[in-house]
Amino acid sequence: MTEFVYLYRGYEQPASPEEMQKKTAKWMTWLKDLSDKGHVKSLGEPLQPVGKVVKGKKKQVIDGPYAEAKDVIGGYSIIVARDLEQAVEFSLGCPIFEDGGSVEVRPIAPLELGDGN
Amino acid sequence: MEIEEHFFRHEFGRIVATLTRLFGVSNFALAEDVTQDAFCRAMETWKLRGLPKNPSAWLMTTAKNRALDILRRERTARVSAPELARLLESEWTLVPTVEEAFSTYAVNDSQLRVMFSCCHPRLSEEAQIALILHILCGFSLKEIAQAFVSSHAAIEKRIIRAKKILAGSTKLFDLADADFPSRLSSVLQALYLLFNEGYHGSSPEAAVRMELCQEAMRLMNLLIEQPALVTSQSYALAALMYLNAARLPTRLDGSGNLVSFFEQDRSLWDHTLIAEGEALLNLSASGTELTKYHIEAAIASMHTSATITEETDWKQIVSLYDMLMAIHPSPVIALNRAIAIAQLDGPERGLQEIRVIHDLHRLSSYPFYPAALGELELRRGNYPVAKAHFSTALSLARNPMERHFLQRCIDTCR
Repeated sequence: MTEFVYLYRGYEQPASPEEMQKKTAKWMTWLKDLSDKGHVKSLGEPLQPVGKVVKGKKKQVIDGPYAEAKDVIGGYSIIVARDLEQAVEFSLGCPIFEDGGSVEVRPIAPLELGDGN
Repeated sequence: MEIEEHFFRHEFGRIVATLTRLFGVSNFALAEDVTQDAFCRAMETWKLRGLPKNPSAWLMTTAKNRALDILRRERTARVSAPELARLLESEWTLVPTVEEAFSTYAVNDSQLRVMFSCCHPRLSEEAQIALILHILCGFSLKEIAQAFVSSHAAIEKRIIRAKKILAGSTKLFDLADADFPSRLSSVLQALYLLFNEGYHGSSPEAAVRMELCQEAMRLMNLLIEQPALVTSQSYALAALMYLNAARLPTRLDGSGNLVSFFEQDRSLWDHTLIAEGEALLNLSASGTELTKYHIEAAIASMHTSATITEETDWKQIVSLYDMLMAIHPSPVIALNRAIAIAQLDGPERGLQEIRVIHDLHRLSSYPFYPAALGELELRRGNYPVAKAHFSTALSLARNPMERHFLQRCIDTCR
């Protein structure tokens, strides 16, 4: 089994309280289902849509997460899957797609190389 | 852990009312922004981490901290309610004043003050209801447009204008004001119309919209929980809502189709709600005033107290309708009175009464007017005439449930 990071990109559009509740519930259901099947190592952390980017030799400090709203990382989770293909398959149920967001699926590089098992 | 149904909506109303109390009604837009921001944070956090132990307190604390930030940063009267400005300007009194505003009692009080402010005399009844749904029930413009079968643009225009009038007030309505009684009548009328819209919905999608009834009852409960504000007519309206709500589960059958009152399964009526409704009806009898709410609640009670249709005291119901016509005449009430008379004295008498209804033309687009004619003709055995009336009713039907119901009526005329 390999660990993967899901990077959630794209912030939600403003919604009514009822829509927000439905979205929140969908996310909770999706992650609970994956978690119940033993595929979630860490639910991860949400990130606030603010911050600074420090950049270059001059260590220039720039406002904001330095991306278009749809590309801003809103949070991440750590998933356990057999391989990249399965990790992608698990991501398909993520409610983020309904709002035009994306999930970037990235295998976590191991420090020690295993014996092939 | 599951989120309680409509939790976000209800918390939205509580928080936006509390912030409006602190920032002042002229800064309503700021209160809305801060509330929306607190909800976005809740959603982003909860969707990954799951619900906190006390979601309501989480939201309240988030909104409270944000309010403190803004009040500290501004340190001017610009973002505070005029009557609180002095308390909010000094660090000594800022935190206790904000804490106090977020106490349960103050939150309920603020919701009531916003509700009374929404029923501003310069706003039409429709605008008052739309504003209440938007602010206190967290309905989006789209959700209000769906609830009232109106276009998004029309509702948007109505809400923008209503918000301007609201924000133009110097402060939130004071519940100790001398105008309280007349404003209370407007508030009760708005809640009555909101409940009825849910109960006898004219929506193209659904004949019954439980959530509108539930919102009306939630706000009604806020009003009758404040002993100093309760009047006998408030109790009467609450009783009417509880007694009618008890019958809601049987207005639609398992497939979502309307069920005729006479065919409803009375064993499925909600007896807890009936008992509460009866208790409220008793409380409403304390005063000397007799309002339409008292009489309508009494009629509802006559229905819920009969275990089978045949046991219904139609004589008493007809005399209650007579009283209702005397204080609040309307063609729909006259039609219901005629139907009750038909139950008591037979379909011919009912038809006679319908023929003499004043302003009958006002019922010309109301499907249940020809449907009533059809039903009474059917009972007389005049199948072709009954069928023609039901066909007219069908052409006026406003949603699939009404259409399906009237089609079944036509089918019984063979």
